[in-house]
Amino acid sequence: MSKPARAVGIEISGVNLSYGTTHVLKDVALSIRPGEFFAFLGPSGCGKTTLLRLIAGFAQAQTGKVLLDGQDVAPLPPWKRDVGMVFQSYALWPHMTVAKNVAFGLEERRLPRAEIDRRVSQALELVGLSAFAERRPAQLSGGQQQRVAVARTIAVEPKVLLLDEPLSNLDAKMRVTVRRELRSLQQRLGLTTIFVTHDQEEANTICDRIAVMDAGRIQQVGTPMELYENPANLFVANFLGSANILDERAGVPIPAGKRLVFRPQHATLSVAAGASLHGPVTHREFLGATVRYAVRIGDSEVLIETPFQSGRELRMVGDMVGVDLPPQRMLFLPA
Amino acid sequence: MSRSPGQVALALAIALFLGVFLIVPVATVVYVAFTEKGGGGLTLVNFLDFGRTDLFVRSFWNSVYVSGMTVVWASALALPLAYLTTRFEFRGAMLVQTLGFLPLIMPPFVGAVAMQLLFGRNGSVNLLLDEWFDFKIGFMEGLNGVIFLQAIHYFPFILVNLSAALRNIDRSMEEAAQNLGSHGLRLFRRIALPLALPGYIAGSSLVFVKVFDDVATPLLLNVKEMLAPQAYLRITSIGIDDPMGYVISVVLILVAVATMWATALVMKGKDYATTQRGGGGLARRQLKPREQVLAYAVVILILTLVLAPHVGLVLLSFATVWSFSPLPDGYTLAHYMRVLGDSSVYIKNTLLYSGLAAAIDVVIGGTIAYLVLRTRLPGRQWLDWAASTALAVPGVVLGIGYLRAFYGVSLPDGTPLATLWIVIVLAIAIRRLPYALRAAYAALQQISVSLEEAAENLGATKARTVRRVVVPLMTGGLLAGFVTSFATAAVELSAVLILVQSNSDAPLAYGLYVLMQTPAGRGAGAALGVIAVLIVAICMGLSQLAVDRSQRARGLDI
Repeated sequence: MSKPARAVGIEISGVNLSYGTTHVLKDVALSIRPGEFFAFLGPSGCGKTTLLRLIAGFAQAQTGKVLLDGQDVAPLPPWKRDVGMVFQSYALWPHMTVAKNVAFGLEERRLPRAEIDRRVSQALELVGLSAFAERRPAQLSGGQQQRVAVARTIAVEPKVLLLDEPLSNLDAKMRVTVRRELRSLQQRLGLTTIFVTHDQEEANTICDRIAVMDAGRIQQVGTPMELYENPANLFVANFLGSANILDERAGVPIPAGKRLVFRPQHATLSVAAGASLHGPVTHREFLGATVRYAVRIGDSEVLIETPFQSGRELRMVGDMVGVDLPPQRMLFLPA
Repeated sequence: MSRSPGQVALALAIALFLGVFLIVPVATVVYVAFTEKGGGGLTLVNFLDFGRTDLFVRSFWNSVYVSGMTVVWASALALPLAYLTTRFEFRGAMLVQTLGFLPLIMPPFVGAVAMQLLFGRNGSVNLLLDEWFDFKIGFMEGLNGVIFLQAIHYFPFILVNLSAALRNIDRSMEEAAQNLGSHGLRLFRRIALPLALPGYIAGSSLVFVKVFDDVATPLLLNVKEMLAPQAYLRITSIGIDDPMGYVISVVLILVAVATMWATALVMKGKDYATTQRGGGGLARRQLKPREQVLAYAVVILILTLVLAPHVGLVLLSFATVWSFSPLPDGYTLAHYMRVLGDSSVYIKNTLLYSGLAAAIDVVIGGTIAYLVLRTRLPGRQWLDWAASTALAVPGVVLGIGYLRAFYGVSLPDGTPLATLWIVIVLAIAIRRLPYALRAAYAALQQISVSLEEAAENLGATKARTVRRVVVPLMTGGLLAGFVTSFATAAVELSAVLILVQSNSDAPLAYGLYVLMQTPAGRGAGAALGVIAVLIVAICMGLSQLAVDRSQRARGLDI
């Protein structure tokens, strides 16, 4: 595939979408930059797939706009939108060979046969499956099927690429390999890409920016590090990595209506006497590089991770400990 | 998984039953076809005679033509309905799916005469056409009549199979195509139809074989030059020693087997199970107003055709005289009185025969299913195959086989075995066994083996496990199998036609056939037909209820 002449941006504004009485998307607004690798991240049922399907034309919003390259796509049916979608199930047609699958979109565009053949072999080469052109999808492994699905989509040189949980049907090892492949492919093509996932690690490792979604709303948009360092609310703090959350009963001053949030690895254990946060150790788990303690503070339990060094004495369950937290590591988020 | 003396005994008993009442009669037919008349050695001369007789060759091609054209017309009826009801928001969808079943309730021969009165040369439709527009349409002329009637009756087989196949396609299959720029009929042709092809072919081949084997419908329409009717006429008019009836029977079997074989060949590697995770039904498209009008017009036209035999039959059953007029001259209850009076023996026989046949089917089908799925008996698969071969044996062939094989067997009092009414029951049972067997398989497959293992683990023996766990859990499925077998047995005719020796032993379908032959008997025949349709319809409803209830009871509404 040659690099598209110009990568395309996506503007979403004021989108509300309901199925019957279920409000699936609530006031969604989003700006995706040209050439960006963007993720919709959230738990199942948060509306991320619906938002993707809205862009592809498989769902209709009651209000709001989706602009592709500045153009409103609402009046366009799915087959005229020119957005490439890779389905979670891959949706490879079992009655066609790999090559036929990849050629389908080109045939629908009534391209000359020679051009179709050229682009099919180019797309298959790009995903490393040239040798499998005449196989049936059922004869391929899960990873290979996934690559056929990608080849089929990019062969038509879409304006944007939509990936719906593309790694969910692969085993853990394949996931790491395939996500790197996807990233490098996207870089080479310079194609604006949206990646839907419920797995924060997937999103963190390959995406430029992430929109975290919950209950039909976009909670926060930012780079993986921004989201981790400066979560906008408790949901984002909890969803990306683990977070300890304490309210005013903990014994430290917390502004009204806020919660104290900190990461387990940012606190250290000290002697209980004199510490503003203190309590008994309730559990201890050895994780290899780190040791994780659970400490009861008031009614809550916080997790503290300390590096494991052989020879150093460990705390026992029942020990009274203090929890030291540098002020710059304290986040106060709205309850 | 086990093998016990009791199971071996059961398997042998079933093998014996299938051997005597299926394999031997069919083998007899084949054997006679290949022997010289009067008991000579093996020969092919009968088949040469068949090929040299114009009547038979013509009948063969007529049968091929009628069956093929029926598939074409049935497809023309089924395709739009299937597409419309599975891919669009269409308020008539439920109506189509329900009414589409109507023709299955009534076999084509039942409505044949009524359709003649509605669509024949001097039937209601043509009389009106002639009066208003001065022309007539030869719906029912010769072979066309058979095709017309069969297509109306058998298109639901295609509709049901095709609709199920279309519904089972994962929606991402079609969305992916839309995403790549395809839509409308082109999308249907390139993606949906190929993926649904197995369902379409399964339905079509079933229709082809059914039409090819049908004896009564052509005969009631006075079409004699088709193969299955020829077999019947040959045996009944010339006698059971004439080899031609047997040769035709062998040809009928060969055609059925060849059709099934060709179907399997085409389907090979095409059994796409595309319902994957993340599936769900396809988002159905809204019809535009103009499309909606067109859709309703198509549906109403087809449903009118579907209902025509039923309406005609009901009219005929209440008619005093109905001839050369669009509607009967007057209405009367006399036919029902007559049928419920002196012809009630038909109804009694039908209930008895169908009940016995269905009971035999459920017991044997359930046992075979258990032996195949739950034991390691060597050769258990053969029982399944043997029982399923009944699918390839046309009713008329089975009837001829029974007549030939059991006529020589005399009871102590000297009457031949073949003339006993119980033989009719056995023939019907063998004919319906494959369907009951499928129902039993389905019921047993839904039961996890671990439920039985749990019972055995708690100390129940094999036999007690079957009685206390397997049979109760299979009840719903077996009941549905029983009712379906019963209902279809109630209108079975082609085997019965040959085996019935006296009116007092005849079931309803036979009585209907005989009565329909004469203008004076038509009204009573139609009344019998209405009663038969009611029996079958009630049974089908009950069967649906049994399945629903047993699934709900087990929380299987996944």
